[in-house]
Amino acid sequence: MSTLLRLATAGSVDDGKSTLIGRLLHDSKAILADQYADLNGRDGELDLSRLTDGLKAEREQGITIDVAYRYFATPNRDYILADTPGHVQYTRNMVTGASTADVAIVLVDARHGVVEQTKRHAFIAALLGIPHLVVAVNKMDLVGFSEEVFDGIVRDFCGFRRRLSSPDVAFIPISALNGDNVVDRSEAMPWYGGAPLLAHLEAIDPADDRNLTDLRFPVQLVIRSEGNDFRGYAGQVASGVVRPGDRVRILPSGVESVVASVETFDGPLTEAVPPQSVTVRLADDVDASRGDVIVHADGDAAAVRELEADVCWFAERPLRPGARYLLKHLTQTVDVVVDEIRDLLDVHTLDRHAPPTELGLNDIGRVRLRTRRPLVADPYASNRATGAFILIDETSNDTVAGGMVSST
Amino acid sequence: MSSHALSHLQALEAEAIHVMREVAAERERPVLLFSGGKDSIVLVRLAEKAFRPGRFPFPLMHVDTGHNFAEVIAFRDRMADELGERLVVASVQESIDRGRVVEETGPRASRNRLQTTTLLDALAEYGFDAAFGGARRDEERARAKERILSFRDDFGGWDPKAQRPELWNLYNTRVRRGENVRAFPLSNWTELDVWQYILQEQIEVPSIYLAHERRVFRRDGMLYADSEFIARDARDSDPFRASVRYRTVGDMSCTGAVASEASTLEQVVAEIAATDVTERGETRADDRVSESAMEDRKVAGYF
Repeated sequence: MSTLLRLATAGSVDDGKSTLIGRLLHDSKAILADQYADLNGRDGELDLSRLTDGLKAEREQGITIDVAYRYFATPNRDYILADTPGHVQYTRNMVTGASTADVAIVLVDARHGVVEQTKRHAFIAALLGIPHLVVAVNKMDLVGFSEEVFDGIVRDFCGFRRRLSSPDVAFIPISALNGDNVVDRSEAMPWYGGAPLLAHLEAIDPADDRNLTDLRFPVQLVIRSEGNDFRGYAGQVASGVVRPGDRVRILPSGVESVVASVETFDGPLTEAVPPQSVTVRLADDVDASRGDVIVHADGDAAAVRELEADVCWFAERPLRPGARYLLKHLTQTVDVVVDEIRDLLDVHTLDRHAPPTELGLNDIGRVRLRTRRPLVADPYASNRATGAFILIDETSNDTVAGGMVSST
Repeated sequence: MSSHALSHLQALEAEAIHVMREVAAERERPVLLFSGGKDSIVLVRLAEKAFRPGRFPFPLMHVDTGHNFAEVIAFRDRMADELGERLVVASVQESIDRGRVVEETGPRASRNRLQTTTLLDALAEYGFDAAFGGARRDEERARAKERILSFRDDFGGWDPKAQRPELWNLYNTRVRRGENVRAFPLSNWTELDVWQYILQEQIEVPSIYLAHERRVFRRDGMLYADSEFIARDARDSDPFRASVRYRTVGDMSCTGAVASEASTLEQVVAEIAATDVTERGETRADDRVSESAMEDRKVAGYF
């Protein structure tokens, strides 16, 4: 059985990201002949960036503006690769590509070592709770495949890393251009004892990173049929496991019931786990609707109206205290007001600065929010599904921020 | 692997169902674009998984160029009938008759580009504010850049430089009157995923997806059906009989067949797994017009 692994890659302009992606796709035979023929630049040389720069503006300017999604497969698993832009001004697009990733690959140019961009990319990956980080030290061929250079970069990164909370970090010396340690082990770096990049990715099991303890089942919609008395709550399991017979509570009302069955089009299930989309039927005729969350009766979930969160600000118009937005969390959208900006994060030093008067485009800072209706939210660090939200500007309908709950 | 791991098809299915339910819950008048092609057939199966035993909270709509394969049109009507759901047909021929678009002329004329106007007119006429489409990011490089929920302005146009950030599984479906969103639940599926899913689910597809004998002629390296809708010219080969099948089904004037003996779903999956040419590269002439043909069409309102 093949499983799915979601990757996000980030790197500076010349770190060789396109080459690495091209190499992964090429070596897993995901670039087909007609695409290959299309990769010849004007000067006739093979240009792998043409694979990921799908927009006219990107090809004209030679930079990546938005996330490109690419797909490749090995006999073991299928990969979704979000190639995210590295520029500061496209932070929102990097966050878009990285929010769903199981693994972040941050590229470092061996000649330049850990630079500001590396820190920013690693920090954003950690902030988004990506469980696995791979620091791919590229262009090892240009530093004579030097173990000392590699060790120095690992040391630098670890000095910085102490301030990040990335659970799993691997360092891999590669040459994307030559294919060293990408798919095949490099003979030029016998001193490296770890696995090549692809073998490392193959061994990661994203299912291990799911929260299977705390049931959170957000109701998306109520399904009824005219012919019989079917009434079920459709949704995607956000965390935990739901089984028939489970005693559950509907939040925010607090009404209790028992799971009568877990239904799908293909028949009932004995259990459903994240991220399965199912329909839950309850034993009692209770009142539940879109936006409600079904949790285990003995769990400690609670509905809150005030929370602190880190937000990445995406809009030209700054975030200011007192402003009102729409907040979308799980399956409900509520009015929210920004009570206070607590601090501004320096994404290079990770210092938290004194409260600013506003958050500008691409700023990340901690805010205190008050919602009109209660949310069943958890800290993002313990639950990536129930700790995440977006803010929407009610006038423009733009998505103006991504948010991660820090405490409720 | 832990015991609760989902297969990649289960994970893609769960994501697609979630997208369909979100859009159906948040938009007032969604519609599912249904051409009778494999991707929209999979969308319909996913809609069954998302909404049964209830009814679909939207009708199906086909933008019919009038030059489609007869086998596909028959399949489309039978499937809508068996589903018991409403099918709306938006006709390019009617758009031509009403003077909304002017039919291309000449030996290489195609109605493919005219579909955009018919689609936008139909969305406006019925007041649809969200349209599900079977587009996949692996099809083409401009598609690879598009969000699962693609915001379209009141001209139906896509602005690739001003896409809404799309984080986690939190989709922003909000639009103003006249605007719409295109929702692509199959964004993360590949052509092979689609065929593996069709095999797994044993979903019926139009017969022309499987190998059959047909009179074809060769044009620009592609095999076209010998049909009253396509005028041959001096550069085209004479028609000949061949065993072919289709990887995409669309307007006959821009959809090519591939030489194939694959007559079962298992054989099709094996053939797709082994191919070294992309689906659109092999069989879609509309993408060959220019380097950014797809991007240009989407900016203009194409799905």
